[in-house]
Amino acid sequence: MLTSADLDTLLLTFKVASLTTLLMLLIGTPLAWWLARTNSIFKGFINTIVSLPLVLPPTVLGFYLLVIMGPAGVIGKLTTELGLGTLPFTFPGLIIASVLYSMPFVVQPLQAAFTSIGEQPLEAAATLRASPLDSFFSVIVPLTKPGFLTASILGFTHTVGEFGVVLMIGGNIPDKTRVVSVQIYNHVEALEYTEAHWLAGCLLAFSFTVLFILYSVLKTQPNVQQLK
Amino acid sequence: MPPITARFQLAYNAFSLDVDLQLPSTGITILFGSSGSGKTTLLRCIAGLEQAPIGFLEINGSVWQDSEHKVFLPTYQRNLGYVFQEANLFPHLSVEDNLQFGLKRLGKHPNKTELQNLLELLGIEHLLKRMPERLSGGEKQRVAIARALVLNPDILLMDEPLAALDFKRKQEILPFLTRLHQQLEIPVLYVTHSHQEVAQLTDTLVLLEEGKVLASGSLSETLSRLDLPFAQDKEASTVWQATLIAHEADYYLSRVAIADETLSLPFIDAALGTSLRIQIYARDVSIALEKPKATSILNILPALINDFTHDSYGQCIVQLRVGTQSLLAHITRKSALLLGLKRDMPVYVQIKGTSLLS
Repeated sequence: MLTSADLDTLLLTFKVASLTTLLMLLIGTPLAWWLARTNSIFKGFINTIVSLPLVLPPTVLGFYLLVIMGPAGVIGKLTTELGLGTLPFTFPGLIIASVLYSMPFVVQPLQAAFTSIGEQPLEAAATLRASPLDSFFSVIVPLTKPGFLTASILGFTHTVGEFGVVLMIGGNIPDKTRVVSVQIYNHVEALEYTEAHWLAGCLLAFSFTVLFILYSVLKTQPNVQQLK
Repeated sequence: MPPITARFQLAYNAFSLDVDLQLPSTGITILFGSSGSGKTTLLRCIAGLEQAPIGFLEINGSVWQDSEHKVFLPTYQRNLGYVFQEANLFPHLSVEDNLQFGLKRLGKHPNKTELQNLLELLGIEHLLKRMPERLSGGEKQRVAIARALVLNPDILLMDEPLAALDFKRKQEILPFLTRLHQQLEIPVLYVTHSHQEVAQLTDTLVLLEEGKVLASGSLSETLSRLDLPFAQDKEASTVWQATLIAHEADYYLSRVAIADETLSLPFIDAALGTSLRIQIYARDVSIALEKPKATSILNILPALINDFTHDSYGQCIVQLRVGTQSLLAHITRKSALLLGLKRDMPVYVQIKGTSLLS
């Protein structure tokens, strides 16, 4: 059975993943919109930065974050000046690292969705008196719902599944940074295979269910081709 | 209403647009040209979907663009209606919600009878609850036209609204456009490269080529100008405005009057006095020096040779005057030589066929 410590890690994991997903959507949506429509020379550069976590070992990202946010790092100095202390091994630090680490899983589906609907719906909305912001919420968001759904679910599940970054930047502090993946590692290290089984099973069932729902729902979503 | 003034200069890589137009404030003005002639770009500049770096645009007394004074109204602040080549309905909204989209943003409720009239005119009353994916191409386009017109725009811009439809759907929608034409009080700018749409809908014709205005003027004048590609085209024709004056039921014919002359046409199911638009293809017109007596052709009119030109395929394109109307005839160069055609020569034209446009 799940111990109360295990339950705490589950709860913390969902808290981290929810907050991270929300922040990623807030930051990732305008970023994806810009990337989908810009011809700027910085497009390739920004795309690369956003996508780096896809190919980098999580420990590398975690290591650099640790350095930058640590007492001697640029951000570490700034947060210390502001009286916030340093971010590594804290809940906010873990959230920042998670946002950076899972961002490509949010930005890429959104960027693809924005690109695929093209200019036409926006132009139609403009000729019907809708301002750009209005068009975004009344036309683009409904038309790219599948993209938002994919982005949210991939972002969420990927955050739930992270391990390396958490270890580097979050550590293993109960109720603060000890998430499920770390707890499973703890159990295995302690040869508590039964407990590890329970937690691992929970994650497997969760991930399978969420992805299954995602792909079942997406099949029935209106797609962009119907615009014509 | 004051006329529309539109001046734009814009250059892309290999394309440039440079136009200076005064357009009438009523009726349908057709922007005609081959692809790459800049007709769609011109329409998009007028809509503000494209911003010409140098431009001036005044419609119905309000200035939408004046680059000299850094004035550029974004599209959503321009009181226009725009119909795209592909209907571009919002797929997540029902027909009714598509129609309401602009109204909501104007904070206006449409006049119920006006709305009803519009729906009837376009034949879409029964479609209101449908989603766009369950409409045919022609229905989508009619909804798109209604969606643009329901806002009471100062101008209606139509970008090849029939180009994406097959022949049958085109025939289905053209009568609606003709009806619209008769009832609309606002100017319509209509982009097309279809001769049929030109003949059927135009009041004013603007001919574009490589981003420049080659000619603009009334339809009959422009169509019969020998220096323009229309007259040379295999489908070359002239369009006459006529009045229905008699029916000859026994022969299944109707007679129409054009100025002082009359023509027999296949029976037209309309009330006497109705104003009609008839199209006469240049290839259906032949020329005789004396009035033919024994001939099966019913429509023989006296005419004057105005001008003629030869193309490089053994064809002679003759521009004639029948009363005050222009008429084009395509004859062979050999016939032209045998007849000894000269300017201002009185002749007779035999018209083998006419088509009724509206």
